[in-house]
Amino acid sequence: MTTPAPRETFALSVNGRVEQTDVSPDKPLLWVLRDELDLKGSKYGCGRALCGACTVHVDGQPTRACVTPVKAVAGKSVTTIEALSETELGARVQRAWTSLNVPQCGYCQSGQIMAVVALLKAIPAPTDPQIDEALSGNICRCGMYPRIRKAVHELAAGGFA
Amino acid sequence: MIRTALVTGLLGAALNVAAQAPHSFDPIAEVLQHPRCLNCHTFTEYPTQSRKMVDPISGEVSYLRFRHAQQVIRGEKGFGAPTLQCGACHQDENVADGKVPGAPHWHLAPLSMGWEGLNRGELCETLKDTDKNGGRDLAALVKHMEEDALVLWGWTPGGDRDTPPYAHADFIDLLKLWVAAGAPCPTN
Ligand code: FES
Ligand code: FES
Repeated sequence: MTTPAPRETFALSVNGRVEQTDVSPDKPLLWVLRDELDLKGSKYGCGRALCGACTVHVDGQPTRACVTPVKAVAGKSVTTIEALSETELGARVQRAWTSLNVPQCGYCQSGQIMAVVALLKAIPAPTDPQIDEALSGNICRCGMYPRIRKAVHELAAGGFA
Repeated sequence: MIRTALVTGLLGAALNVAAQAPHSFDPIAEVLQHPRCLNCHTFTEYPTQSRKMVDPISGEVSYLRFRHAQQVIRGEKGFGAPTLQCGACHQDENVADGKVPGAPHWHLAPLSMGWEGLNRGELCETLKDTDKNGGRDLAALVKHMEEDALVLWGWTPGGDRDTPPYAHADFIDLLKLWVAAGAPCPTN
């Protein structure tokens, strides 16, 4: 078992606010978000970058918070599911998710939504293969992939404005 | 019949040995054909992962290479899909328990630098071809092997991953010897 590095103070930009944290630099971002900043929307699924439940945006790019040491995001901008509805696209995705009943148990869905918002920002009208390529790292045990794909296509067509 | 087969076998083996006479490029090929390198020097639209297999009788080690989990793709520049970049999971360093490997600018080598299935002659020519290797002359190749963060990661891969044969410093010495000899390539 490795000994954690001594604590350091980090000024983190999370959801547009600067948050001071005093943690080990190797502490995974996911645990800083959940335990230090009380942002529990990002989920712990596997802790090994295998499932996507912990996906947040770092400078706009979907990133697995469970394997990202907090020191890696110093000076970068972190966005979590909690702030997504503040953007027009994020709010539309949220409406799509509720209107189409996308989640079943919901556990994977904050990660799915983070991935979808990034996808639609980068590729406003993605094809099915582009959806698969962007979301292949987000696993849904309930198998809601057809609903996710449907929601993405309806959003791309301008739905849920 | 049996004798013929045996002789043919022996003859074939002898010819094979002659054909595979030791060459100064051999140790370099051994390193470049290790999964630590090959998994991202693919000819495919995706990286691979590998599993070490040890024959229980002979102790011979081989590697089973297979498509990377999560069906991740190469993408336009080798860094993955636009919003599922290699860096979404692979950070600048291995995670503490080594389960997820990491190094700066984690990405696939370009398709022109695919090395899978090449014999040592083809590998050697590919390595030296400036149209394929990003315009690196021999000095730049040595520097790349000496300093590039992803190359260095091959010798500090974390977890229970094997490292290529030869220590990194020895590999560089062998590479320099080969370059000093005029970087000759074997014919097969
Ligand atoms: S919890 Fe991070 S990818 Fe599964
Ligand atoms: S909705 Fe249950 S795991 Fe995805």
